[in-house]
Amino acid sequence: MTKLLPLSEAIANYVNDGDTVYAAGFTHLIPFAAGHEMIRQGKKNLTLARATPDLIYDQMVAAGCAKKVIFSYMGNPGVGSLRIVRSAIEQGKLEWEEYSHFGMITRLQAGAAGLPFLPMNQTGAADLEKANPNIKRIPDPYGGKDVIVVPALNPDVAIVHVQRADANGNAHLWGIIGEQKEAAFAAKKVIVTAEEIVDESVIRSDPNRTMISQIVVSAVCHVPFACHPSYAQGYYDRDNEFYLAWDKVSESAELTKQYLDEWVFGVKDRDQYWQKLGSEVHKRLEVSALMSEPINYGRY
Amino acid sequence: MSEIKYSSAELMIINAARLLRDGDVVFVGVGQPNLACNLAKRTHAPNLVMIYEAGVIGAEPARLPLSIGDPTLVSGALSVVSMYDIFTNYLQRGNVDVGFMGGAQIDKYGNINATVIGGYDSPKVRLPGSGGSQEIAAWANRCYIMTPHQKRRFPEKVEFMTSAGFIGGRGNRAKAGLRGGGMLAVVTDIGIMEPDESGEMRLTQLHPGKTSDEAKANTGWDLKTASRVGTTDPVTSNELRIVRDELDPTGIYLKSGG
Repeated sequence: MTKLLPLSEAIANYVNDGDTVYAAGFTHLIPFAAGHEMIRQGKKNLTLARATPDLIYDQMVAAGCAKKVIFSYMGNPGVGSLRIVRSAIEQGKLEWEEYSHFGMITRLQAGAAGLPFLPMNQTGAADLEKANPNIKRIPDPYGGKDVIVVPALNPDVAIVHVQRADANGNAHLWGIIGEQKEAAFAAKKVIVTAEEIVDESVIRSDPNRTMISQIVVSAVCHVPFACHPSYAQGYYDRDNEFYLAWDKVSESAELTKQYLDEWVFGVKDRDQYWQKLGSEVHKRLEVSALMSEPINYGRY
Repeated sequence: MSEIKYSSAELMIINAARLLRDGDVVFVGVGQPNLACNLAKRTHAPNLVMIYEAGVIGAEPARLPLSIGDPTLVSGALSVVSMYDIFTNYLQRGNVDVGFMGGAQIDKYGNINATVIGGYDSPKVRLPGSGGSQEIAAWANRCYIMTPHQKRRFPEKVEFMTSAGFIGGRGNRAKAGLRGGGMLAVVTDIGIMEPDESGEMRLTQLHPGKTSDEAKANTGWDLKTASRVGTTDPVTSNELRIVRDELDPTGIYLKSGG
């Protein structure tokens, strides 16, 4: 059964105001197109969860979509401060809940595994545990040191971008695979956006690469270049210049508004956005091929 | 021979690189730690295995990565795994030798604050937070940090403990069951601090031309010195050449830190 939908319909159907949203991807495959679509549709009161909020949540917070962020590293990766989320927190305008990376992804892993919580070893640094009542300490029932536990995170909706998927939502992804699989299995609904929609036979040609199964996917959207300014391994490069430029844009409320007006509200969809970026940017982000050696599954 | 000139950043990177041993498995951050690891790999530690918290093992970056999730880390790597796997199978299980830390503040016991200045609930300056550092500091066998020697970076006690050094004294790590050895060297632009038996950071080495008075004046606690303070080996032209010409030819990370 095909789950193919235009991204605008998938966001309209599956993301509700007040939802907890996990837009997955550790630096890689960040689903910016879906973020922009949520902004265009004026989604409100979202709880935005991501290990690294990155520019996608900076933009969504600027656009007024969020009431809360859940995170473990709030920076502009490789550049510095994530200015809009940071200043919203400093000014008391945004709720937040914080973990270490390991705490954050352990929450997702528990959610994906259908567990109420998962333990981690102690780290000796207890201040976050004091600041966040969700982080608890319990005795090891087998007699070892106390362990730290965090509760499952089961987002209302996860958005996962992949290199290729079939129309049912079986998805191949490669490169940095961060927390995509865990987010997909933890969430109640999953929107997959893909660089390419391929025939099921392509998926079946390399089943070990299928990280996300049709079983958990609600919608599949064909959105090439959905990640810019993040990247898709083998398809296009990370736009580091954009990440550096955002440092200046996000310093000013006016420049941020201008950016959103021009690049989010001013375009209909990702295709228009990509065309608007222009051929110079396209060329700068091109990558040359580096193919893996084929493997032999055998015919049985 | 004319005197070799270098920046503070270059001095710290080169001295940090020398702390790495051949065969070490290193949890690398971007920026200066990345340069230090790549320098070590191209000099005395060709078998260094670089691990990035994004899930990359055995990265051999062909270009300078701006972020910790740069695609150049993936192409040609030994393995790429999920974040859950990197923090469990690799780090928590005890398969990481060295962690390179960063942070706004580091205190007398090597504890790090990368979270907040001012109260947590109403922060004056909200910093990025832990990322991977809380667990790296706890479970890597040896931790190092490089940071310019400035009083505001070296308070007696961090305002918020993002990552543990020796907490309130060396015994505290064992009590919490931490497997790693803790903060074993703080490399600054003045010298190197290492923990004494109690876990307190004291000055053990000075870079050529620097004095312990300078170090003391720029430290927020009453800095003790080792009974014999050594001098770090002079920076060599080969080390400088690799760092400048091969690793950071446009000087993105070499110009900072003075």
